[in-house]
Amino acid sequence: MYSEKVMDHFNNPRNVGEIENPSGVGTVGNAKCGDIMRMYFDIDDNGIIQDVKFKTFGCGAAIATSSMATELVKGKTVNEALEVTNKAVMEALDGLPPVKVHCSLLAEEAIHAALWDYAQKNGITIEGLKEPVNDIEERLDEEE
Amino acid sequence: MSKLIYLDNAATTRVKEEVLTEILPYFSENYGNPSAIYSFAQEARKGVDQGRKRAADLIGAKPEEIFFTAGGSESDNWAIKSIAETHAGKGKHIITSAIEHHAVIHTCEYLEKQGYEVTYLGVDEDGKISLEELEKAIRDDTILISIMTANNEIGTIEPVAEIGRIAHEHKVLFHTDAVQAYGHIPINVDEMNIDLLSASGHKLGGPKGIGLLYIRKGVRIGSFIHGGAQERNRRAGTHNTAGIVGIGVAAKLAGENMEKIINKEQSLRDHLIERVLDEIPYSRLNGHRTDRLPGNASFCFRFVEGESLLILLDQQGICASSGSACTSGSLDPSHVLLAIGLPHEIAHGSVRLSLSEETTLEDIDFVVDNLKKIVERLRGMSPLYEDFVKNSR
Ligand SMILES: Cc1ncc(COP(=O)(O)O)c(C=O)c1O
Repeated sequence: MYSEKVMDHFNNPRNVGEIENPSGVGTVGNAKCGDIMRMYFDIDDNGIIQDVKFKTFGCGAAIATSSMATELVKGKTVNEALEVTNKAVMEALDGLPPVKVHCSLLAEEAIHAALWDYAQKNGITIEGLKEPVNDIEERLDEEE
Repeated sequence: MSKLIYLDNAATTRVKEEVLTEILPYFSENYGNPSAIYSFAQEARKGVDQGRKRAADLIGAKPEEIFFTAGGSESDNWAIKSIAETHAGKGKHIITSAIEHHAVIHTCEYLEKQGYEVTYLGVDEDGKISLEELEKAIRDDTILISIMTANNEIGTIEPVAEIGRIAHEHKVLFHTDAVQAYGHIPINVDEMNIDLLSASGHKLGGPKGIGLLYIRKGVRIGSFIHGGAQERNRRAGTHNTAGIVGIGVAAKLAGENMEKIINKEQSLRDHLIERVLDEIPYSRLNGHRTDRLPGNASFCFRFVEGESLLILLDQQGICASSGSACTSGSLDPSHVLLAIGLPHEIAHGSVRLSLSEETTLEDIDFVVDNLKKIVERLRGMSPLYEDFVKNSR
């Protein structure tokens, strides 16, 4: 049911872990729905994401999308990271089964949540970044 | 990959060697229509008759009380919908439980839309219904009590004989979905006051697509599949001869070896349960510790999600199932796990291992060894576990 890329990222997830004193950390999703993602960013003075780590509670797709999302934002600027959409994550994984699309939305949301935390900590505003919604289902409902 | 370790026997079973041997001639040699008059079809007719007798013997029923269907789901649908329809004159109230298989729950929900009233009895933390609650729920217009013999997810065996006694005392018909229990634990329709019972061939080493509904002699029930005069006018359709022969052989084997298989499966199951609870922290057993199907072990592992667990088990050649949302195709974890009072996040981390008589001690030890590693690995990437560890420091 999953693509080879998804299975690869599920089996060998990149960037699993935590960062001590991160520049930004965001947690999205809820245990009720069975998916929680947390992303840690280490962002340097030039606004470049030097390191990313993640932890995820969830299904195979949730783990694979988190892993892919960390790869896509690592080394990018804050603004570039903001452009990593759920579609980009899905494409990089060669697609997801329809019932798992919400996992990619959660990954996008996790990036935003970590960036939001970074912006809050530094008293800056990142153009185009909205306060993340914690509950991804709310967003799915809105989009329907 | 190493060998296949099949621990999903509650989903379906391998057709037994003896079953396969006996049914094969019914495809290309004795292929006649059992309802035909000519002597060529008599072998097929005999096969059907013998299958019916064997299927009946297993539960102390008479052959003429066995009606073959296309499986457990059809039997459940037939029993509930047709009893509802036939007895609507007496009332429109049905009692069932919150942990039934969807074949029962969705049928009841359908009837609710047709103007019937359904009481879904809750269960305790072990998954058992309360007999007091059952008795209190019975009303003058109650026409049917449908409670499963044993639960497919958590393995809990319901107090069927007591339910039957209560139903009998109140003159309410009693149907039981015995799909998981038929051929696995002793059932006697007379001793247990069962009026209708559903069973399915593929859960006991028989073929898929064959099931039966036991209907006690004298119980009024309409047809569900209309058409030809098969099954004494009650269930139309050319007999699934091979299927009927197959469920018959499976029933015969189950009856002959039941005690031996129960003992074997139970001791392996208990070894599995003990090792998991001892060696994997923050794990729990779902369902009743002792009143459970001999082959069922259902666990929840906190801080991890079931589908991830299943994929990693699969990579070791282990087939298991889960009641997590991701495996159910909806956002909610299994209604059974929620009904026994588990919070969502724990219910998401469930794994069911269901044994067969072919399961070995080596299989079980291999599974536990792998389960330990897999749970540890997934916890290593779980934010819930991270928070738990930080908070308990
Ligand atoms: C308790 C229970 N009832 C009904 C069914 C449905 O049986 P079948 O697959 O034969 O339609 C199953 C099978 O999963 C079951 O476990």
